[in-house]
Amino acid sequence: MFTSIKRIVRSGFVGFWRNAFVSFSSIFVMTITLLVVGTVMLGNQLLGTTLEQIQNKVDINVYMVTTASQESVLRLKTSLEALPDVREVTYTSREDALAVFRDRHKNDELTIQALEELEENPLGASLAIRAKDTTHYESINAFLKEQQILEDPSAPVIDRVNFNDNKEAIDKLTAIIDTVERVTYIAMLVLVVASILITFNTIRLAIYTTREEISVMRLVGASNTFIRGPFMLQGVMYGLVSGVLTLLILYPVALWLGPATESFFLLNIFNYFVAEFGRLFAVIVGSGVVLGMISSMLAISRYLRV
Amino acid sequence: MIYFDKVSKIYNGGQSTALEDITFQIAPNEFVSIVGHSGAGKTTLLKMLIAEDRPSGGDVFFESLNIHSIPKSRLPQYRRKIGTVFQDFKLLPHKTAYENIAFAMEANGRTDTEIAENVPQALELVDLADKIWNFPSELSGGEKQRVAIARAIVNQPDIIIADEPTGNLDPIATYEVVQILKKINDLGTTVIMTTHNKGVIDALERRVITMDEGRIIRDDAAGKYVL
Repeated sequence: MFTSIKRIVRSGFVGFWRNAFVSFSSIFVMTITLLVVGTVMLGNQLLGTTLEQIQNKVDINVYMVTTASQESVLRLKTSLEALPDVREVTYTSREDALAVFRDRHKNDELTIQALEELEENPLGASLAIRAKDTTHYESINAFLKEQQILEDPSAPVIDRVNFNDNKEAIDKLTAIIDTVERVTYIAMLVLVVASILITFNTIRLAIYTTREEISVMRLVGASNTFIRGPFMLQGVMYGLVSGVLTLLILYPVALWLGPATESFFLLNIFNYFVAEFGRLFAVIVGSGVVLGMISSMLAISRYLRV
Repeated sequence: MIYFDKVSKIYNGGQSTALEDITFQIAPNEFVSIVGHSGAGKTTLLKMLIAEDRPSGGDVFFESLNIHSIPKSRLPQYRRKIGTVFQDFKLLPHKTAYENIAFAMEANGRTDTEIAENVPQALELVDLADKIWNFPSELSGGEKQRVAIARAIVNQPDIIIADEPTGNLDPIATYEVVQILKKINDLGTTVIMTTHNKGVIDALERRVITMDEGRIIRDDAAGKYVL
């Protein structure tokens, strides 16, 4: 058992070096595929983080009429918080709203002056509602509509809900991100299939050159494992080398793009690359190894019939 | 030891019959020659024996084992009982004589010590001890065939199957190869050989099975080449 493993390993390495050109082209093709896989992974992370950050900024603001009592606003807040879709509700009192307004416009003499002219605080209290998921805003909005209808017309509380302005932006963003993800997945799929075919063909070429050897092996009673082993090992080696090569290429690219992605996508891709290196390594090298093994298995099975 | 029971082989869905109702036995330690024109079914017969091909009808037995009911995964073990020699030698060109023979032992999972011991012995047996490190391209046809025979016997098979072993050889090399096969037979291995060569058959004076159009037409215990 040990001797045959030793022989399979040795013969795998010999085959790898002896067919250097075939090995080189297989590794080249696989590296390109793995680069696509890696790029898609990093790209998804960028898009995902961006989406998450934007989603966190999205909320529904309910503006109250200025005459609404604090009590009735807080009652609304409590009933909103009881909804299963709601993550949190932030209450901004009329005074707070005014303070924020003043602060925001502190360099704007004219507005401040206009504000001073008014005797009363013109701003109403408001509730900022954050849902657990962007798709939940619709139902929260419906709930608020209902509340608005049920209100006592003589003492209204809700002035307006700004859901519809945000809705469009949220929908558009979600659609864009969905499309981008779908396109990248299709591209990845096409490239992976192409790469399996090309790798399969290159490995078949390598096996074709040794078909004499295979027929002699069968003749002298070598088991299929013994025949297949070295080729499988070669496939695994192609995968390993390609995987490591891919990571070596991605490293400087991530380093270079890091600052740019940080300002544009709010995530430094290089930091992510370093922090998640283990996972990236496992996925990229792992898929390389699997790819190589599958290709070898398909290629060799042609010569192992009977 | 080997028993063909009403074996037939039809190719192309009934278009051509390669073997028809073949029944015969081979006893242990026999030297059997199978003769016949090209297309008489000699090679098909041998293919049945090494389970390269399945019969359309009938059974082939090796001792009590029905060869064509052996599961695929067990076939390599069965094939190790049989050494094969071909007209075109089938040596690996990038390996020396020693490595070619060692390769057969490696494939059988023999230890390095066994290999180092048995390979020179096998080459000794075919009188090629001095060409042990030569590549096939540096050997004559007869020498190549002797290396192939050494490879076939190195795993101590029960049977040697030689398909036209002298087909590519000149008369002297032919004589040498046949002498070696005889020597192997004398040492206790069953030999089954197909040939066209009248001289070889007549000199051997062993059992001859004559085939024509997929049938056995003669089976003589100490036969001559008659066609």
